[in-house]
Amino acid sequence: MARQLIIGAGLLAALIIFPLLSPWSTVILTVALCEGLAALGILVLLRAGQVSFGHGLYFAFSAYVVAFMAAARFGHEVLILVPVATAASGLLAALVGLFVVRYRAIFFGMLNLAISMVFFSLLEKLFSITGGADGKRVPRPTLAGISLERAEFELWIFYITLGLAVLAALGVARYLLSPGGKALEAIKSNETRLEYLGVSSRKVLFGAYVLSGLLAGLGGAVIALVSGHVTPELAYWVRSGEFVFIAILGGVGGVVGPFLGALMFQIIRGYAAVYAPETWHAVLGVMLLVIIFFAPNGLYGLMTGRKPAGTGQ
Amino acid sequence: MPPEMLLLAALDGLAYGSLIFLVAVGLSLIFGVLGVLNVAHGSFYAIGAYVAAAGVLALTGMGLPPWLAFPFFIVAAVLVGVIVGGLVETLLLRRIYGKEEVLQLLVTFAVFMILEDAQKVVFGVQPYFANAPMNWLGTIEVFGIFYTQYQLILIPTVALLVLVGLRLFLRRTAFGRAIVAVTQDRDAATAMGIDATRVYLITFIIGASLAALGGALSSATTSLTPGIGSGMIVLSFAVAATAGLGRIEGAAVAALLIGLGRSVAVYFAPEFDVLIPYLIMVAVLLIKPEGLFTTVQTRKV
Amino acid sequence: MSALILEARDLELRFGGVQAANGASLKVHANERIAIIGPNGAGKTTFINLCTGYLKPQAGRVFFGGSDITALSPRAITRLGVGRSFQIPQLFLENTVIENLLLALSARERTWSPFLRLDRHPKTEEMWALLDIVGLKDAGRRVVRELPEGMRKLIDIAVALALEPKLIFMDEPTSGVSSHEKFQVMDTLTRALDARATTAIFVEHDMDVVARYASRVAVWAGGRIAHEGTPDEILNHPEVRETVIGVGV
Repeated sequence: MARQLIIGAGLLAALIIFPLLSPWSTVILTVALCEGLAALGILVLLRAGQVSFGHGLYFAFSAYVVAFMAAARFGHEVLILVPVATAASGLLAALVGLFVVRYRAIFFGMLNLAISMVFFSLLEKLFSITGGADGKRVPRPTLAGISLERAEFELWIFYITLGLAVLAALGVARYLLSPGGKALEAIKSNETRLEYLGVSSRKVLFGAYVLSGLLAGLGGAVIALVSGHVTPELAYWVRSGEFVFIAILGGVGGVVGPFLGALMFQIIRGYAAVYAPETWHAVLGVMLLVIIFFAPNGLYGLMTGRKPAGTGQ
Repeated sequence: MPPEMLLLAALDGLAYGSLIFLVAVGLSLIFGVLGVLNVAHGSFYAIGAYVAAAGVLALTGMGLPPWLAFPFFIVAAVLVGVIVGGLVETLLLRRIYGKEEVLQLLVTFAVFMILEDAQKVVFGVQPYFANAPMNWLGTIEVFGIFYTQYQLILIPTVALLVLVGLRLFLRRTAFGRAIVAVTQDRDAATAMGIDATRVYLITFIIGASLAALGGALSSATTSLTPGIGSGMIVLSFAVAATAGLGRIEGAAVAALLIGLGRSVAVYFAPEFDVLIPYLIMVAVLLIKPEGLFTTVQTRKV
Repeated sequence: MSALILEARDLELRFGGVQAANGASLKVHANERIAIIGPNGAGKTTFINLCTGYLKPQAGRVFFGGSDITALSPRAITRLGVGRSFQIPQLFLENTVIENLLLALSARERTWSPFLRLDRHPKTEEMWALLDIVGLKDAGRRVVRELPEGMRKLIDIAVALALEPKLIFMDEPTSGVSSHEKFQVMDTLTRALDARATTAIFVEHDMDVVARYASRVAVWAGGRIAHEGTPDEILNHPEVRETVIGVGV
């Protein structure tokens, strides 16, 4: 716990200072935080032994909600857009969750993938509504009623996102230590006993699923704001796969993991853009295999020296 | 709605259902024997399609007769199954049998990411279109509507042969029986002297080859672009899940059901054609969570 | 005789050609200690599975406290006040013993606030008392995966007790305990059951334990309760001695 706080505080300090020293990094770091938030949602599900290859759905849904509201000049204000879009994602997750929490492992992962692919296809095909593959532009909204210049806007959004990410991480950490969080882990270790405690594993997983949808939705809302543009690609399986990659890369041992993973992911992406622009997902695939086989607790695990789970003899 | 359109939709559905059956049955067979859901299965389909299309283009480029494409499809499918499938099984899957399902999903997902990019490197991102084999077979008139023999006769025939062939192989041959034995009880089968490692490898190769064969057959009917593999993995999963994972005959029924549903949608509500297979799957799973053809499992505690 | 609390009536279950339950019936009254004995692999665990909702009988009904629970899920039956420990302990292996018990207490108390830390649960004192019943206070902070099977079985019982069930099924409670500690474990366990007025049904192979702790014995054979009676009657029954205990008269 103490170590988690130290790593987290170190990361936070670095993130607070960095954009001041090098303004070019603001947007990249914001993107990393957004993906970290989505990966945090994946971490919550991984604690229950479940993986979703479809959380791009919530990321994209929230981003499109922002885009539609912004286009309609309806609540064209960050402080309205972000909460509304996040809540909308949470609602969608609740709806989808009613169905997918009945399933585990393979079915859970693949049903999430299938649903996100349907959404992706609809975004592409319903051209007249969604703008098809070209997506939609998101005009820059006001922030607390003030219209800001681009650079200022980006800096503010970064710090707001950082604050939200810290709150989300602390909240998730707290939840994971609570009885409900332990019940969530119990789905992974022994669902039979959980049922014989009189606890509904579906309800437990449902709560976690909605939480993961909210986290991905928060990330998606901010992405729409900083990139000023949304495309169906946000819902594509590649995106969902990246969230899983980030969660595994960072490690699921602590809530700092996904954010470490997201920063590392941006660094890898930067190098890949130069050295392997055509094959960068293959690079991710190879790294994923390396992590799974050689560092199953991810970066966070490497930093805290945690032994792989299940070998604690 | 005009009746000839309905007929056209039904014939389309037959061709389409036959194609996804080939891919889904491979996925289902692999799951039934190895217990692994192979997310990279769609890649085998895509690679099979690309190899076939590249081969056909080369054949016709050399002025060779287009019928040579048909034996080549089979050769291409087996090659993809043995080389790509064999490598994936021996190098990776072998290390994760019996591990958590989530870990297995992650590993095959990683393979999927790698293979998707590998296709782009080898075959480029330009569309491939190699319809010479389809044109060579000509068309057939059914109730006043012209239809390609390739889609109406060849693809469903191949699917039927695969279905019957797999059934006979699993029930009548010694190796087929060994596969079934390993599926039912690996420990007992091993004790009886069955080499489970070999059974796993060969099953995986067969499954991968079937996906590649589906891809090869599809290559003549459509233009190939990057990303076809990802669409196919979710579609073939929908078929396999609707049938019940591991059910071979069930996969044929589910593939037809989904194929027909989708073609009807293509004619009447084209924006929503992608939705139909999943709506069918969701509807089935809501009523029968283990799929249409799965029997109840036994106790664990 | 005191009130009837559980009744299994003519339960039938057949799977894969095996007749696992064939007209199984049993009546259980408050505060009884019923031992189920019978040959290995005869389906005693199946009977517990049928009574606790894990398996559904193809025919027959199960009543608990007067209401029909045949179609209920294990979760619903547990909530009505039926506890269970398992032949193979069902625990959260990656968690500590303390966490396993506190989670059970959270389930009973419905304390699911996300702001409550499990390790600061208000029922921590009760948790230690439960561990004391099975004599495992020293193992509290250890991860269950690291513990031997015998200790896990006792923790499994403590977890079931934590729910304060009205009725508890225990599947071979002392099978992992060395023979000289069996009586000690059963003594404290019985005291705990008495103190809570918990009725108990346990599957047992050790006839000394049966003789000493059961108020009634039921013999499971051929997919049903073939004989019932006091320990004295049953343990001296010639047919039972031959088929179950394996001692000729």
